[in-house]
Amino acid sequence: MSSENIVKKLFTKSTDEWKELLINNAIYIVVAAIILFIVIREPSFVSVPVFRNILTQSSVRLILAYGVAGIIILQGTDLSLGRLVGFAAVVSGSLLQRPDYANRFFPDLQALPLFVPLLIAMVVTIVLSAINGWVVAQFKIHPFLATMGMMITAYGILSIYFASGAPGPQPIGGFDNRYTDFVIGTTLGIPNLVIYAALTSVVIWFLWNKTTFGKNMYAVGGNPEAAKVSGVNVMITTILVYILAGALYGIGGFLEAARIGSANNGTGFGYELDAIAACVVGGISFSGGIGKVSGAIIGVLMFTIISYGMTFMGLDMYYQYIIKGIIIVAAVSLDTKKYLKKS
Amino acid sequence: MHEEYLLSIKDVCKSFSGVKVLKNVCLNIKAGTVHSLMGENGAGKSTLMKCLFGIYKQDSGEFFLDGEAFNFTDPKHALENGVSMVHQELNQVTKRTISDNIWLGRYPTKGPFVDEKKMYNDTMALFKRLNIHLDPRTRLDKLSVSQRQMVEIAKAVSYDAKVIVLDEPTSSLTAHEVEMLFDIMKVLKNEGVGIVYISHKMEEIFEVSDEVTVLRDGFYIGTEDIANLTMEKIVNMMVGRELEDRFPPKENVPGDVHMAVKNLSTRYAPEVHDVNFELKRGEILGVAGLVGAGRTEMVEALFGARTLKSGEIYIDGKKIDNSTPNKAIKNHFALLTEERRETGIYPVADITFNSTISNIKSYKNRLGYLVDKKMKDDTDEQIRAMRIKTPNRREKIRSLSGGNQQKVIIGRWLLTDPDILLLDEPTRGIDVGAKYEIYQLIINLAKRGKSIIVVSSEMPELLGITNRIMVMSNGRVSGIVNTDETTQTEIFNLSAKYLNNTREAEV
Repeated sequence: MSSENIVKKLFTKSTDEWKELLINNAIYIVVAAIILFIVIREPSFVSVPVFRNILTQSSVRLILAYGVAGIIILQGTDLSLGRLVGFAAVVSGSLLQRPDYANRFFPDLQALPLFVPLLIAMVVTIVLSAINGWVVAQFKIHPFLATMGMMITAYGILSIYFASGAPGPQPIGGFDNRYTDFVIGTTLGIPNLVIYAALTSVVIWFLWNKTTFGKNMYAVGGNPEAAKVSGVNVMITTILVYILAGALYGIGGFLEAARIGSANNGTGFGYELDAIAACVVGGISFSGGIGKVSGAIIGVLMFTIISYGMTFMGLDMYYQYIIKGIIIVAAVSLDTKKYLKKS
Repeated sequence: MHEEYLLSIKDVCKSFSGVKVLKNVCLNIKAGTVHSLMGENGAGKSTLMKCLFGIYKQDSGEFFLDGEAFNFTDPKHALENGVSMVHQELNQVTKRTISDNIWLGRYPTKGPFVDEKKMYNDTMALFKRLNIHLDPRTRLDKLSVSQRQMVEIAKAVSYDAKVIVLDEPTSSLTAHEVEMLFDIMKVLKNEGVGIVYISHKMEEIFEVSDEVTVLRDGFYIGTEDIANLTMEKIVNMMVGRELEDRFPPKENVPGDVHMAVKNLSTRYAPEVHDVNFELKRGEILGVAGLVGAGRTEMVEALFGARTLKSGEIYIDGKKIDNSTPNKAIKNHFALLTEERRETGIYPVADITFNSTISNIKSYKNRLGYLVDKKMKDDTDEQIRAMRIKTPNRREKIRSLSGGNQQKVIIGRWLLTDPDILLLDEPTRGIDVGAKYEIYQLIINLAKRGKSIIVVSSEMPELLGITNRIMVMSNGRVSGIVNTDETTQTEIFNLSAKYLNNTREAEV
């Protein structure tokens, strides 16, 4: 469509069409208004360092959001995300401390190649998440309950592991420089985290849109019965989606420990809510079968910009909670309105 | 030994917890023919099909395909062997595209990726063969029910089906769309496909069938060439008794104007534009039209279930406010919804709950808690008055047949003491015998002075029980005719009156 046509279309809309357009994009308008407010109050918010920080902060969140997004597309949800991320963070951290650090988790451990702890962390989260998927598919348990069970169980196992280190239960720090550089360093001026998030986005886009696995995921999420009678293996598809989520949580946890600079059994607590909220705001619908990579990106960015901006303005944390909570509920109700144009 | 038949079902028996639902049922389908399978609801048609597709395991009996014995383990297994079924309730992923749905479960791949181009080309080739004009990249939720049905049939064909079972494919189609379906069936017939056609609509059976097999109460009654059959003969085979007429006599006498509707328009799509009509006391007014003509939307708008752009409703000359269903119920309106399973029944609740739920406030005593006895008495009264077939009122409604479920829901609305009943497809999916009882019920209500609007896609039904027929076309009223003076052709022409080019372009 040429720009002329777009302009023409915009000016020939009836009031009802405008109303529709407003409702369909209301959440973006509200978020844009909040951002505008922040910018007016603090003009220095618009700057390269802030922009960079926002992208960096969004990176791990985005990787995690892709994981839970797949599960939401299956009409599910994942409460265990935060604890699994914490598990991956503690495992990665415990295996990648500086050789000369005083309080090492494994005092005699040799320096490992970076990919070894990453893989170990991913195996842990993949196994736990696959159990979620299997329980959901096999016993037809609502994912809310299945993953709630996993959230509690995983925290228990994680805490036992955390306490079993040589220094006892205390935060794991003093990471190997290779690890820290790999995560928080930059390449050609671009933060590495942003590069990892971008690479993950590309892979996820192909997986979701161009592979049989992805199409089956949307089909099972959109209408499990139809998928079943068409010969899609619903059980395998479900478990694969959880395995993918587990893999992403593993990567997320590995990155998160180095990003923060330390890890403990409380790391990742509550991350599931941020990830789910970002998905929902990005239009990944709880009714299942709908969701795009671009949606996850928009959702995560909007949330990060708002939290960062509110902190930038010096707004109290508690007020931030109130605003975030309202945005989530507003986003969901407006999303529902899009699909039910009845009342 | 069975080579003359493409598909042969021999002496199939099946029991559920000791109750025999199929007793030595046979069915023989020749290649290149349409074979209608008929019987009232509960006659065993769907159980037989479920045995064929391996959803149930038959107790005894055999299936032969091209003379070879087989037993499918699941619908997918049947599909791969060229036996497919188009279900009455479409089982599709509506948020995905046409081609995604057709090739679901067997996407062509190129390396690790799905081969979109091949999928598109294969779909186009398939559509060309069946003379379907749709873009494979369209999302299913952008299509009408009939178009979605075409997609489902195309999907069945795409498995190189030798046998296709069509389970009530026309229940939500309009006359024109039914013709399109029949054209596709002819193409398939010429290619040597055997079609099993399950339908309750007599007219269609005579139009498309080559042979008819009738089941009754799980018994195989017989197979006849269509040339040797008449409507009466089939009905006799199905119900085992004479049905004098398919419709009871219209004994209701319309009185003066009861309700007047002026300039009714809805705000959201699918829209209803500027509907004006009057409903007389004790009248049965039919509403005809194609799917998508806005008939359901019109009655929902009257009932306050849709947001209005404009419109006034007058009862006995007094303007009333029906902006929400609650207000409509207080104004003595009742709406029987089109999708009984989705918006009518509470499937896991019992008959008492289903009967009394819309009127639940009237069962409160002074302390505010519900009086069980009154609810039970009212329910028993409804079961008796409407002859609902059920062991007792504690039965879950989902275990009743479609006709009996419908009676419970009509009973539910009668308990709210309505003056105006809006009945949207009141006999959909209900067998011949039960339909007659529903018709009788409607006419009796009109005789008692209730004013009734009946939306229906079955022309004979509209002609059989209504006093006047309002025809809708593309969201507008295209005419109101006296039932005794009109013809099917006139109604059909009125239905197409406001079809414009945009609608055609979608098809």
